Order: sequence, then structure tokens, then C-alpha cells
Amino acid sequence: MSNGVERVEGVMALFDRCDINTDAIIPSTWLRTASADLGKGLFGGERYDGQGREIDSFVLNQPAFRQSRLILADDNFGCGSSREAAVWALVQFGIGCVLAPSFADIFYENAFRNNLVAGIIDVETYQEIKSILLDHPDGLSFNVDLHSLTVSLSDPHNPKHNRCWNFRMPASRVQAMIRGDDEISTTLQHHEDIADFYKMKSSENPWLFPQDLIGQKR
Amino acid sequence: MDKEGGLTLFDKIWNAHLVRQLDDGRDLVFVDRHVLQETTCAQAFANLRKAGRSVRYPALTIATQDHIVSTRPGRTEDSNPAGRELMQLLRSNALAAGIRHYGVDHPSQGIVHVIAPELGLALPGSLLACGDSHTSTVGGLGCLGIGVGTSEVEHILATQTLALSKPKSMRIVYEGTLQAGLSAKDLILHTIARIGVAGGRGFAVEYAGPVIEALTVEARLTLCNMSIELGARLGFIAPDDKTIAYLENREFSPKGADFVTACADWRALCSDEQAIFDRQIHIDCTQISHQVSWGTTPEDVVSIDGVVPDPLQVVDPARRERISQAIRYMAVQPGQKLSGLPIDVAFIGSCTNSRLSDLIQAAALVRGQHVAPHVRALVVPGSMSVKRQAEALGLDAIFRAAGFEWRDAGCSMCVSINEDVVPPGARCIATTNRNFENRQGPKSRTHIASPAVVAVAALAGCLPDSSMMNPNSELLS
Ligand code: SF4
Repeated sequence: MSNGVERVEGVMALFDRCDINTDAIIPSTWLRTASADLGKGLFGGERYDGQGREIDSFVLNQPAFRQSRLILADDNFGCGSSREAAVWALVQFGIGCVLAPSFADIFYENAFRNNLVAGIIDVETYQEIKSILLDHPDGLSFNVDLHSLTVSLSDPHNPKHNRCWNFRMPASRVQAMIRGDDEISTTLQHHEDIADFYKMKSSENPWLFPQDLIGQKR
Repeated sequence: MDKEGGLTLFDKIWNAHLVRQLDDGRDLVFVDRHVLQETTCAQAFANLRKAGRSVRYPALTIATQDHIVSTRPGRTEDSNPAGRELMQLLRSNALAAGIRHYGVDHPSQGIVHVIAPELGLALPGSLLACGDSHTSTVGGLGCLGIGVGTSEVEHILATQTLALSKPKSMRIVYEGTLQAGLSAKDLILHTIARIGVAGGRGFAVEYAGPVIEALTVEARLTLCNMSIELGARLGFIAPDDKTIAYLENREFSPKGADFVTACADWRALCSDEQAIFDRQIHIDCTQISHQVSWGTTPEDVVSIDGVVPDPLQVVDPARRERISQAIRYMAVQPGQKLSGLPIDVAFIGSCTNSRLSDLIQAAALVRGQHVAPHVRALVVPGSMSVKRQAEALGLDAIFRAAGFEWRDAGCSMCVSINEDVVPPGARCIATTNRNFENRQGPKSRTHIASPAVVAVAALAGCLPDSSMMNPNSELLS
């Protein structure tokens, strides 16, 4: 991670489904090379037809949502495989935050490592924001703030709609994301502990590091 | 840290890998073995180089080409030009870092989760990580296998550790007896259908009970493989005599005096009687029948004599919508019987079901029969060593005579990022683990099942019912 993230602002697209899996987020077609444009492949299976043409009805193809920065989705977002490309595809498309009542474990971890805010919201919050989005097919802009862990809506045309909700993220993750910590550097501060641990394990459980594997005589 | 009243097997293995606790509450755990595959590590090596870091313990890391490789017999790295870039990157990265590499031309090449047990890399009580979600497979040997993303691959390469929040513990106890002809695949599909694709989220799952004890090691690998389809990152089984017998004399298993010490340590690996689990589930196996998926998540599973559910009966609106969408995608009808549904492709392979025992089981069912004329049927062994063993038993001849393609090892039609793709709109029955939309190719339709069900389906040309699975059925006589 190089730069920290403090807020994400922009249009929110609704994916009113639970169990959205990583194969749906980035179909394997886009994983064949190290250099594919993953942003283009985001939700590729539903975004394009068999000839590669955009399907107009798909949310991210609609003019109001082409520049979406946020996604609202139902339970268990990012289930399926460990492919981090699912997070890269979202980020490369321009998504900075996904809000959902729950996330799959590996996706959740991958998200933080790529500065993608994965905010957990209450089911009631999900329902409220969803109904607001359904009432605004032309798109609405939201503001996600990591300091206050809130997502807010200020609607210039209808101040009645000015609303604010909380979301959850582990405090340590929030701080790391705001600072832009590099996790490997943090871990390498403990490099001596790691070396000691390996040495200790090698003598306590010699079978764990057999000579055939490590190529050394003990 | 000790829980009052005893430790779970998971606590024991986890604690034995704890380097230290981190300030943010996570644990820094040591990774004993790290396995790489070509599609999830190119960026990790690139970032490592950019940061001027090197691979910490290359001897503890092993690389194999499996996902994107061609499975055409006699293939080389050039057989699938679309995958050449990632294959060559893995090879050159491994070579530069001094990491053992099992490329397409290596006699031990195969799917990561098939070769890790086969080579004796996955050992009871050890922690093995891989940039692939089905790493839990090695849990069948009592090894903690954890699937990680690419940033974590980079983290392990640089530090030989992972920073993780310790999951909670769940135990699933399988009681009763499994009916003849049923397999670990039916057990795990039934389990996922029952507790759902998020049922194991946040948990490390221990599978236990008399039914598990009776399973062979290969069947245990199949069961643990699909832990991720339960939403769990880790799934494992306490080691026993079968585990020890399996591991003896494998290439990287401990030898001689080390093996004796290892066995003593391994025998102590079990949950204490008083251990408390955060969640415990009991499953009576007596009633379980052959399972097949009808929809687009691994919980959309019923008995092969079952019917497609009716979304109108589903109370939760989000679930109702998901099921309706699955029904549309799969081109089935609510209430429709699954048996008799015509199939176009039958695939036996993947890290779930491509080991020798799977192939033996399927071959016994297709011997002397022929695949239905409209069906493309393939067998893709999980590793080149499985392939050689199967050929020594004459299984290749049985499959070929029955009209199956007999291919080289790789992930193949499980993920279809090589050239083995199910055509748009076609219906495939597969021994794989995921039936997501577009998984086996754009607009492909997947039904997941055991090797036995897939073999019989290939012959019948349609999803079978349980009468066809009967060894005395006309189809199999
Ligand atoms: S066989 Fe399928 S599930 Fe297994 S590692 Fe390969 S792609 Fe993943």
C-alpha cells in the first residue's frame, strides 16, 4: 500500500443479490494473462453479450452508473475463490468501497490490502439505502468517511434525503488504511522473531523440515 | 490462551505456529509449506522485486503449473499459447528464487492440491498455504491448509508468515453409516446444502465422527476440499493410522528416525474430549443419497431423485430472487425432476475428485459400456503420477473404450482458463466444486456430483436417478 485512504465519494450502484461470487466479479476469461484490463472485465459475464457487446440493462453500462465509485450488495459478497483479481477488477474499474451486510473471508482480507473499503452494514441500513437507490434510477452520490465510519448522502435537490449511516470495519484496519501501511514492512519488523521461531521448530520437530526438502544436513 | 476444559485440534496446531501476536490483535503464524500456482503469483513476485525483497525460505516453497496448462496428451508449455505468459513467468520466477518447480514437463506435475499430499509436502500438524482457495484439501491429512490471495502470497514469500485473525472453531460430526456406493462428495454436498455457502464463514471446521473415521485418506481430501464452499477457509480431520500409512515413504515425508518421532507427534493431534467448539453440528448419514447440484451455488444441491425447488416457497426475498435467477440460468423449471435432464458434457477431474480412487470408482461403472452418442466425456487425472498409476491398472483402456478422452493432468474444465471449455448453453455434469454462472465457460451450465454419478450420467446421456446407480441396473449390467 502506498497512499492512505480517508474517504470515498461518488455514485453508488446497487447489486441487490446475496452470494455474489468472485467468478461473477471477474470471470476467468480475464485471468489468462498477467496484463489484462481487469476493470474492463469487472462483472464481464453479465456486462457483455456473447459478441463482447455491452448489455444496456446491466447497471454499470447505464450512463448514470458508468462512473460508479461505490457498490451496495447483499450478504456474503465475494464468496467463491481466493482470486485477488476480483478486488483488483473492482479497484481498476474505479470502485473504492463496497458496503454489504457480510463478506466472504478471503475477499474481505484481500480488499484491505488493496485499499478497497469493505464496510459491513446492518441489514436495516442495507434495506434503507437500497430503497433510496431504487427510487433514484439516475444515480445518487454518497460519501464514505473512514474517520467516522459513516456513509452519508446529501441530496441538493431534496435536503429531506440528507442521511447518514454507520458501517463497521476493524479499528486496526481503519488506521492501517488511513496511514497507508505496508503490511510486509510491518511484519519484517519481527524478522528476528520469525528466524528464532524457525530455528526452534526445526529442533523441536525435526520431521517438519526433512533433509529431502531443505537440502541440508542437520 | 488455553480454553478452559481443553483444546481443539485447531487450537493445538494454531498455537504451535504462533510466532507472536500483533498489535492489531491478529496472530503472526509461521507457514511451514508454501505452494504456488501460475495464475495467482505473478504480481506477488513483481511486487517483491519492486520493493527489493527476496524470498525468505525458498526451500519451503514449491511451484506447479496446473490452472492454465493444456491437458492434451503430450502437451508442452507451448500447447496453450494463451497461457504461455503466466506459465513462463512462474517458471522464471521460481528458477530465479531457487524454488522447486513442477512444470508441465515434470513427472510429478499436477493440481496443487493433488500433488501436495502426494509428494508428502502436507503433513499432519503443519501449516500449508497456497494462493488458491481449495488449499483446505490437505486438511484430509490433519494439515492446516489455508487459501490466500496474491498479496498474502507476497507476504509469505517475503516473511514465511501470515498475519491472520484466528478463526472460531466448528465441528461437524457425521454419525450413522453411509450407504454403499456413496462417497465423500455426497457427504460434503449434503453438508453444504444443509448449512449453506456461508455456514462456515469465520470458522475453522473439524470433520469428525465414525463416518469420517471410516473414510479413506483420499476421500478425506475430497471432503476437506470443499470446506471453502461452506464459506470456511480451513477444514481438517484428525490424523490416524490411515494418515500415517498414506504418508510413509512419500518423497518429502520424514524418513527413518524422523518418521518415528513424527508418528508419535501426529498421534497426539486430536481435540481434547472437553474441548469446546463455537459451533457444533451433527449429521446423520444414514439417510443421505447420491447428491447433485441443480443451480448456481454449491448449496443448490438435492438428491439425484429430487426436484428443482420452487422460489415461491422461499420466504427471504433476496434468496427467492437468487433462486429464480439460478433457475433461469440453468434452464430448469421449479418442481422439475432432475433425473432425465439431458447433458452435453461429462467431466471427471479437478482437485475435488481426480485421485486414483475416484478414477477406479468411475472406471468400474463404465467398464464395457459406452458414453451416450451426444455426450463429450473427459477424464483429467489430478496429477501425472495419478495418470501413470491409473494406466498401470489399465483404467485408461477402460475409459477410452467407453468413449472418454484420457488427458494429461491439470485443472482443465474445472475453471476453464485453458482451452477445455464447455460451450455456451451446454449442460455439463462435473466432479468439480463450483457451479457458478460462466464457471466452465461463458453461459455454461454446471451440475456438480460424485465421480460415480458423473460416470453413470455420461453413459445415460442425462442426469441419472438412483435406480440407475444401482449396480444391478440394466444400464450397468
Ligand atoms: S481443480 Fe479447480 S478448484 Fe481445484 S485448484 Fe484447479 S481450478 Fe481450483
